[in-house]
Amino acid sequence: MLDEEQLVNAKSMSIIVTKGTLDWAYPPFILGSTAAAMDIDVTLFFTFYGLPLLLKDLDLKMTTLGNPAMKMPMAGKHMAMPNMISAIPGVDRMATNMMKNMFKKKGVASIEDLREACVEMDVRMIACNMTMELFEYETKDMIDGIELGGAATYLETATKSHINLYI
Amino acid sequence: MADATLNAEGLNCPLPIIKAKKALKGLDTGKTLAVTSTDPGSVADFAAFCNQTGNELVSSEQSGNVYSFEIKKA
Repeated sequence: MLDEEQLVNAKSMSIIVTKGTLDWAYPPFILGSTAAAMDIDVTLFFTFYGLPLLLKDLDLKMTTLGNPAMKMPMAGKHMAMPNMISAIPGVDRMATNMMKNMFKKKGVASIEDLREACVEMDVRMIACNMTMELFEYETKDMIDGIELGGAATYLETATKSHINLYI
Repeated sequence: MADATLNAEGLNCPLPIIKAKKALKGLDTGKTLAVTSTDPGSVADFAAFCNQTGNELVSSEQSGNVYSFEIKKA
């Protein structure tokens, strides 16, 4: 139980999670798990392409397409990925594996681990009901403990949160 | 001597904080946790973590590329 001082100081954060690629999965799960570790009450609302981040089996991928800011470290330099390269079969898979290896080598947590940390620290995760139906996802394919909700559910939480982010 | 230790060397943001939180959970109030890390960002992060959670940052030191923190559980 929180005492009165803790209740007064209690902080909360909500994030709308709209992107489900390997790279964009990091910001919500890093902020969510860290905030929870800092005793901040966290709600993540997964909608549209963020929804697959709730699937039991994560198969995260990324693409180099349309991202001129993505420059991979290579032999002391940085190499941009021209859009044309991304169209070659296998290139996005290669880029995904490169990124995953880079994360591992640099001691960066995997998305699976960060999500697990969020679950352990009672981060509230809401799946957008409408997008679930739209993309034909089923609750049984998603991790346990998630809630279903819509815009009103999110907004009620957001009006009471100190930090509201859209990622 | 701290009551518990956590080696977070080689781990990057936010793992040192998350693992420290987990380690603190198992400690009683007033007990201390000694953390070592190699992430330069953890210097500012452990200060912020302690400010927000009310745990006391007893010490924050650097030796070579290893950062050491002692945290007293509130």
